[in-house]
Amino acid sequence: MEPFRKLDTVAAALAVENIDTDQIIPARFMRAPRSTDHGQFLFHDMRRRPDGTEREDFPLNQHELARAGVLVADTNFGCGSSREAAVYALFDAGIRCVIAPSFGDIFYSNATKNGLLPVVLDRETVQSIWRTLEVANSARVEVDLEAQTVHLPDGTTHRFEIDPFKKRCLLEGLDDIDLTLGHSDEIVAHERAAADATPWAGTIG
Amino acid sequence: MGGPTTLFEKVWTRHAILDREDGTTLLSIDRHLCHEGSFHAFDKLKAQNRVVRRPDLTVAIADHYVSTDAPASGNPDPSRREVIERLTANAGAMGVRLYGVGAPEQGIVHVVGPEQGITLPGLLLVCGDSHTATHGALGCLAFGIGASEVAHVLATQTLWQKKPKTMRVSIDGPLGPGVSPKDVILHLISVIGANGATGHMIEYAGSTIRAMSVEGRMTVCNMSIEAGGRAGLIAPDEKTFAYLEDRRYAPKGAEWDRALADWRSLESDPGARFDKEVSIDARDIAPSVTWGTSPEEAMAITGRVPDPEGEADPARRAALENTLAYMGLAPGSALTEVPVDRVFIGSCTNARIEDLRAAAAVAKGRSAKVTAIVVPGSTPIKLQAEAEGLDRVFIEAGFEWRATGCSMCVGMNGDLTPAGERCASTSNRNFKGRQGPGSRTHLMSPAMAAAAAVTGRLTDVRALMAGA
Ligand code: SF4
Repeated sequence: MEPFRKLDTVAAALAVENIDTDQIIPARFMRAPRSTDHGQFLFHDMRRRPDGTEREDFPLNQHELARAGVLVADTNFGCGSSREAAVYALFDAGIRCVIAPSFGDIFYSNATKNGLLPVVLDRETVQSIWRTLEVANSARVEVDLEAQTVHLPDGTTHRFEIDPFKKRCLLEGLDDIDLTLGHSDEIVAHERAAADATPWAGTIG
Repeated sequence: MGGPTTLFEKVWTRHAILDREDGTTLLSIDRHLCHEGSFHAFDKLKAQNRVVRRPDLTVAIADHYVSTDAPASGNPDPSRREVIERLTANAGAMGVRLYGVGAPEQGIVHVVGPEQGITLPGLLLVCGDSHTATHGALGCLAFGIGASEVAHVLATQTLWQKKPKTMRVSIDGPLGPGVSPKDVILHLISVIGANGATGHMIEYAGSTIRAMSVEGRMTVCNMSIEAGGRAGLIAPDEKTFAYLEDRRYAPKGAEWDRALADWRSLESDPGARFDKEVSIDARDIAPSVTWGTSPEEAMAITGRVPDPEGEADPARRAALENTLAYMGLAPGSALTEVPVDRVFIGSCTNARIEDLRAAAAVAKGRSAKVTAIVVPGSTPIKLQAEAEGLDRVFIEAGFEWRATGCSMCVGMNGDLTPAGERCASTSNRNFKGRQGPGSRTHLMSPAMAAAAAVTGRLTDVRALMAGA
């Protein structure tokens, strides 16, 4: 995956709670292979009217925000379906970081495996970012993963937490399958012990 | 360690291969269920020249894209059929057991697992689908994962996970007439919220859960994710063992006895500590429906649509107005006056035999006023329902009796609710556009959905059955 280190980019606010992955990418676009540009599906039905025309009031439809690299969202962003295509859609649309008070667990994990940084900040801070973005449309936000900080246009800097392994994978663009296969001996030993203790677990039929 | 431990910790510990210093654990996976949507993971595996490490523990099932009115073809629509064919090809190439189109076992992945005895207590099961928690009803630790993790499990039969926090939901007391497991879980989500269990794995306990059938417990566990929960677990008991005995892949003979002895130890010890505790009085639960676009927006059928005027927070007020506009609902209107356009009885939440019986009991001798489709959760369930004559009951009442699959729960197979139409649905998500662009979904139990079908509006099944 593409490594994530630093970002200095325009941010867009999406101040809606419980944005589920069905909103991020509707089910009918999920037949597409990864090589398809998933950016075209991002928030497909939220950003358009039923007749297909774009809603001017949807943040990413505003000219200055079309190139936003950070999305500042609300509580429980990415809840619902486990579809990783929700992350593909954000990533392909150029979004590399989502800031929110909380995330759906599966979305959070999917994001970190695809070079998209999920940043949890408390809701008050998130609300203050929305206000800043409202006054200064197309304001820039700096995200530094190494330092675990978000620097806002109002001059404030906020630290965020991320688990060290996820951080390392993101910084280095690592794929964890090879890392895991490095533990093959332990995996096999565990399987052997389990086969003695609970033989029914290691076989179907 | 010593000290009392939770059921979750017991199952977690037996699957822990090693702990990384950052607190992440490498877990061994006993069962991996795949479906058509797993193609991203298979693509990744192929691109990296990897193979499936334990094809014998992997099961591929066609469900999301299978047509329910022309199942023999897979799907008459070529681009949908192609997704099913990808699964068939990947399973074939990787030597994975396949329950594909036309297989006698085929059905919705979370229905098939328990039904075939693939799901067992104390196992660790994963699937690239957020409703994997369903299997927790048997005391099997089960959770949904994304495509990258599916690829990781295919390649290694393991998964790195941070131990989630634990939450116990104790539900006690008898359920009133017309109140089903679906109402229990809708009520719980409305109480704790759509992110009430985020980062947690839920253990459901209490007399209401004990009194519930294994199928009812599956309905409850199924929607754990709708409260944000990573998984839902219920300690196995005699009901669980009776459910599993003689299932195709359940242990047999001496191994069954050994397994049983092991499974009896799978419960939270008295005094075990949970990070969060929630208590629900079953007597507070009424037949419920959702009125909004998040599963937390549920209430008793006797209620009224909320009024945005009553919301002090301006952002929340605007969100509520937006929701009501999407749903086409007037503030303050009685839920029982809301007309519906169609009814969907199906999904991994509510398409097992008991669900179909409950819906048929309401449909019997009445007639559907709107399009209503009944989609059994698996082919064996369909056959059992037909043996019991339930198909006749539905057909005589004007319901459509379909073949199995996910169907209108997510609409990937083409079973869609048209824009602006209102669907009374036994599925698990009322998200905007979930059943099709512009669709309006009201979640409810099978009996409530059948009641909506025969009256053409949201209906209190208790009143209908009392002849009121
Ligand atoms: S029935 Fe619905 S929720 Fe269940 S697996 Fe299928 S699409 Fe997912």
